[in-house]
Amino acid sequence: MPEMTFREAIRKGLTEAMDGDQKVFLMGEDIGAYGGSYAVTAGFLEKYGPIRVRDTPISESAIVGTGVGAAMGGLRPIVEIMTINFSLLAMDQIVNHAVKVRSMSAGAAHVPMVMRTVTGGGAGLAATHSQSLEGWYATVPGMKVVIPSTPADALGLLRTALQDEDPVLFCEHALLYGTRGEVPAKPYTIPFGKARIARQGKDVTLVGNARMVHVALQAADELAQRGVQAEVIDLRTLRPLDVETVATSVKKTHRCLIIDEAWKTGAIGTYLAFRVQQEAFDTLDAPIAHIGGEDVPMPYARNLEQLAIPSVQTVLKALKDQIGV
Amino acid sequence: MTQTRAGFTKAQLLEFYRQMLLIRRFEERAAEMYTRGKVRGFLHLYIGEEAIAVGTMAALDPADYIVTHYRDHGHALARGIPSKSIMAELFGKVTGTSRGKGGSMHIYDVSKNFMGGYAIVGGQMPIAAGLALSARYKNENRIAVVFFGDGALNEGEFHETLNLASLWKLPVLFYLENNLYGMGDTIDNTYAGGRDVSRAATHYRIPARQVDGMNVQEVYGAVRDVTASIRKGNGPFFLEALTYRFRGHSMADPANYRSKEELASWMKRDPVPTLRIQLLDMAVPKAELEAIEQGVEQEINEAVDFADKSADPDPSDLYRDIEADSVSATHS
Repeated sequence: MPEMTFREAIRKGLTEAMDGDQKVFLMGEDIGAYGGSYAVTAGFLEKYGPIRVRDTPISESAIVGTGVGAAMGGLRPIVEIMTINFSLLAMDQIVNHAVKVRSMSAGAAHVPMVMRTVTGGGAGLAATHSQSLEGWYATVPGMKVVIPSTPADALGLLRTALQDEDPVLFCEHALLYGTRGEVPAKPYTIPFGKARIARQGKDVTLVGNARMVHVALQAADELAQRGVQAEVIDLRTLRPLDVETVATSVKKTHRCLIIDEAWKTGAIGTYLAFRVQQEAFDTLDAPIAHIGGEDVPMPYARNLEQLAIPSVQTVLKALKDQIGV
Repeated sequence: MTQTRAGFTKAQLLEFYRQMLLIRRFEERAAEMYTRGKVRGFLHLYIGEEAIAVGTMAALDPADYIVTHYRDHGHALARGIPSKSIMAELFGKVTGTSRGKGGSMHIYDVSKNFMGGYAIVGGQMPIAAGLALSARYKNENRIAVVFFGDGALNEGEFHETLNLASLWKLPVLFYLENNLYGMGDTIDNTYAGGRDVSRAATHYRIPARQVDGMNVQEVYGAVRDVTASIRKGNGPFFLEALTYRFRGHSMADPANYRSKEELASWMKRDPVPTLRIQLLDMAVPKAELEAIEQGVEQEINEAVDFADKSADPDPSDLYRDIEADSVSATHS
């Protein structure tokens, strides 16, 4: 199986879409001449030209809103919001319009648009550039929120997003672009709402998304040295949310820790915990545990930033303190 | 067919009169139904502004996209969306334009390229730009027309969209219905640029023009002119129609912030009786106008009757039309 980086997997998905359908076009800040602020679309302008690779002014609301209209007009826009922090400037278009057109028009109009954006902290960018806001969007009916953790999932989920008839928020963690992984050569897609069991185990279930999956896997390695077999689940999409896969695992392991990079208050994992305890209450040996980002505006200093984001150490400590594992 | 000096046939002017009266009577009956509890939520009436919608829609092509704001009944009626479907939507009935899901502020009829009323001030602006982009991308010979009020001048989406549309030379008509009030505050208190708001467009190198929004013939002529420029590929145009709403912002608003004198001065220019007088001066028989008026009354009566007798949405519609595959929307 060929190996590629997360960035290359996204590039591959975008290239396939551009090659396969003339109705697909890209629009965003510095995606063309500059090549994308995370270099995902480098070379696209030269290959596809300025009609299909459209550099925009720094106008997030106009970018997303123009995408909404273009999608209503029969195109399949892929808009890039440089980071999820900037999506707040487009929230009217995302929340009030993109996901409302179908219901307000009784299904006569719809918005097949993929919004790619970059999420997560850990790069020393402080409070305004380090947020994980995808969980907010996952509360909105009509929205789909995708958040892959591996190159293979990134490609399979992007293919699914590009076939979707409704708005999809596709969140790429900033620290994962350079990570490598095997990607199947034969065509495949990954459905939304199906979590992935990243590691099998029988003693405790660890649930994460994006970079937190990798943190959970490292913690599972540590636990294995103590003879504890952790099952690790990668949610892959926050909406739809795969409660069933997590509940099935918890019924087997009887213990669960959910990890979010997002602020712990109101994190999507706390809602997941509620749903899982409804399904698996009688099988639990301990209350479902949750850790999230600390409830602070992200600090710049390295040591403080590290304290604010869940790590292998905080996962192990939470398992010990909250579950006794 | 006889032509008037201004180039309109009698039949055209009679149709303008019929449509403006239809909007006027529709809005009056909608207000009545609101006070009777048949219409819920907010109800924003277009009374006083009818000449804009009627003159504009007559001047556009059926293929052109229409995007508008929440004061949208007039645009919808002038576009030819059946009055009974709009009234049923106001009543929240399954026979409404959006099966009762949208209400007064969200009227759509995609079959007429009427791409929706948008209830967030300024939110409709980039959507129209996107529709225009799709038309140009697909080499379609159509433009997008987006209506907004003077309140939208102060939204970021207004400026972002004018800038982008000008840069990309998109076929959009930015259509300001300037009724001088954004909800309860006058444009003089809320817009620092003064009354010459067209400078907001010319700053972005978008040509601009002003028209008397109380005169349906002038509106028609102006829209024909500016859309001809847009269709030639010259990029967007900005048209400002000067108008006035005779009622409050919504049914909840007694409009105490305006003087009686100001209202009276605008009501003297009421486009509906003005055109009626003009038609009588052209020696149109009174009986011909009365026949139109009776036809409008009958149509509105039928619309109310239809709305009233139509069924509510089925409870199972709650999860309908949220996503193409609406099952996943429920998380279950």
